[in-house]
Amino acid sequence: MNATTLDASPATAWRAPLETAALIAVLVLLWHLLHLVVGGDALPSPLAASRRLLRLLASPDFAANAGETMRAFGYALLISWIGGLGLGMLLGAHRLTGDVFEPVLVTLYAIPKITLYPVILLLFGLGISAKVAFGALHGIIPVVLFTMTAVRNIRPVYLRSALALRLTPAATARYVILPATLPEIFSGFRVGFALTLLGTLIGEMFASQRGIGYMIVHAMQNNEPQTIVALALLLVAFATLASSLLLAVDRRLRHAA
Amino acid sequence: MPHLAAPPDAEATAGAGRLAARLAGVSRVYAGTGRQPPVHALGPLDLELSQGEFFAVVGPSGCGKSTLLDVLAGLSPPTSGTVEFEGRPVTDRVPEGVGVVFQDDASFHWLTVRDNAAFGLRRQGVSEREIAERVDHAITFMGLKAFAAAYPAQLSGGMRQRLCIARTLVLRPRLLLLDEPFGALDQQTRLLMGDEVLRLWRDTGATVLLITHALDEATMLADRVGVMSARPGHFIDVVTTGWPRERDSTIVARPEFGEVTARLWLHLRAESMKAMSMTA
Amino acid sequence: MSRKGRPKGECRSAQHAGSPVTRAGWIRLGVVALCVAALEVACRLRWIDPVSVIPPSRMALGAWSLLASGEYSQDILLTLENVAMAFGIALVLGFAGGVLLHRMPRLRRAADPLLASYYAVPTFIFYPLFIVLFGLNRWPLVAIGVLFAMVAMALNTLNGFERVPAALHKTARVMGLSPVQETFLVTLPACAPYIFTGVKLAVVYAFIAVIAGEFVLSGAGFGFKIAFAYNNFDNPTMYGLMLLLLLAVGFVNWALTAWERRLHERSAGGCP
Repeated sequence: MNATTLDASPATAWRAPLETAALIAVLVLLWHLLHLVVGGDALPSPLAASRRLLRLLASPDFAANAGETMRAFGYALLISWIGGLGLGMLLGAHRLTGDVFEPVLVTLYAIPKITLYPVILLLFGLGISAKVAFGALHGIIPVVLFTMTAVRNIRPVYLRSALALRLTPAATARYVILPATLPEIFSGFRVGFALTLLGTLIGEMFASQRGIGYMIVHAMQNNEPQTIVALALLLVAFATLASSLLLAVDRRLRHAA
Repeated sequence: MPHLAAPPDAEATAGAGRLAARLAGVSRVYAGTGRQPPVHALGPLDLELSQGEFFAVVGPSGCGKSTLLDVLAGLSPPTSGTVEFEGRPVTDRVPEGVGVVFQDDASFHWLTVRDNAAFGLRRQGVSEREIAERVDHAITFMGLKAFAAAYPAQLSGGMRQRLCIARTLVLRPRLLLLDEPFGALDQQTRLLMGDEVLRLWRDTGATVLLITHALDEATMLADRVGVMSARPGHFIDVVTTGWPRERDSTIVARPEFGEVTARLWLHLRAESMKAMSMTA
Repeated sequence: MSRKGRPKGECRSAQHAGSPVTRAGWIRLGVVALCVAALEVACRLRWIDPVSVIPPSRMALGAWSLLASGEYSQDILLTLENVAMAFGIALVLGFAGGVLLHRMPRLRRAADPLLASYYAVPTFIFYPLFIVLFGLNRWPLVAIGVLFAMVAMALNTLNGFERVPAALHKTARVMGLSPVQETFLVTLPACAPYIFTGVKLAVVYAFIAVIAGEFVLSGAGFGFKIAFAYNNFDNPTMYGLMLLLLLAVGFVNWALTAWERRLHERSAGGCP
């Protein structure tokens, strides 16, 4: 991600989004070609998918479904980001505790969490709390790991400077540790965002009669490839837009790093 | 330059009799863990710094020069012995009036030059108006006025070190501790920075302790140079240079310069070989 | 996070030399044992609903009897085959993708936002599409595994290439190495630790994707058996299988991480 920090001048600032748009155009073209090769049952054309998407967006119960998903996602994201930040800071600040729990977290990260789903359902029942729990479970781990690493890897000279400038521990945390680690913590936030969304959607696929995840499962069971692709398109668009925004914030945080 | 001067009752001439700092029988031993033996990093050593003098410390690698500075600054407690600053004991906190500049670049990359310099003062709750005045003076003094709104990443290494010095200066330290501050810079920049430090020293009337591995730098800048032995470090000699207070880097032209530097090396050569064989 | 207590030049890796289990390792063992014991007590005393969660001891017994009976070896083998294939293909495609992104920085810049959002979309929603493409066999599952694992491999390969110091490239040119020679003799060994991180993630993600896919969509394989047990309210089997999965993944992850750490230490000189 370093190649772009040099292109800070306003003249070239518009170049990156334009290039991304160009790439997207190429991908859509490839999609259409693939569609022509494998047929409409396997892969609907971009046009067909877009049309279906517009119809979905206009349909009466779409808003309710989307709202349901966003609500669950919102709660899960809050837990992932804030809970993950707090936990990560704690584990990063105290070396031994961090050493003890890091492999546990890394292992949890590696488990197909979908297989823990029965346990979540049994504990939380069917409904929004299971979705939130599942989403948070997916998203909190990278946030904790990134935050912990950031705090541990803070340059020692910053901490010595804080001591030399006679800062209290609280002032050190707030005015030195936090700004110094913010860029990396934010990278964790970005990964956490994507995974929380994934977790929430997967949760909806099983624990719900509402929500976008449910709509996808419904389309899968009723063999409606156009709906599947339309919803996938919607998700890709949403996730990409959100990621781009977060990426822009990320770049601004790194302006001097 | 009234804003940078030390409090009015400080005497600005070297060796004026009052002690700025004192180390007596200080040693520092790092405790061993289960697998590693304890490391006797420093001492026992004694040191007395007169108010307003410029004292340089040279020694082989690993002799404990940085540990000495840590102990003096209150960043690290001594295992035995006493440390005093202006007559009061130094324990585990950095006393008010002591400023430290480290070897590594300690500028905060997320703040501008001006905000970096103002950092220490802001945490002390000084009024914004006074902060602006003092920061302005310090930045101008260190030649960074034109870059006040820039970020450290846009500055060269030498400028960043000047920023770190400015950040310390703003707090009006009476004892300034410099831990190989120019170690990462090229020779020419080092010589110029040496002139800056001398100027700073004269204008503020502070006591300065400079740690360096460059013998010529020590000879050029200091009133007295302490030569440390290999680990565990203690002073094997303290050489008085006898330079006038008004001096700069052109002092290298004097014949005594070569003599003093040679004397330092004669002491140091044996200790350096000892230190090298220790780490081999 | 502070190194106040150690003199210059002493790195943490030196502290690990000697005993294979560090102090943190022992504490971790203790914490895990404590949690398992607490869960056991809570289940036996019925503080937790016995229908939902069974005591760890019964989980372990279930896991053991599963292995011993050999009933599930077929499914385990099937899953492992799927994972291996997904991993293999993802390795090649991911590596090629990483090289491509490295050689074309404009492409990389353009793809940044897309790559960042890649893992937000549940790729197994394309499963039905893959069924139409490949048929009702293992290939849709493998395809999902490839999709999931390949991007992680590509990103880490890219990261590795970017971390090769320019001085190494110049040295290769001075020595008159051809591009192919340089790649195999200089570049790849230099970025081996980071590429290995990609390999490790590819293994892990292939596992996740295949088992998740089997869980949701398949009629055979380890993941399917877990879902089957859940749907039939067969808790001992379900928890037994989950425990086996946890242990297997934990072991694989640990082994790969240990190898990865050694690669990093060797190249970075032991000090992070």
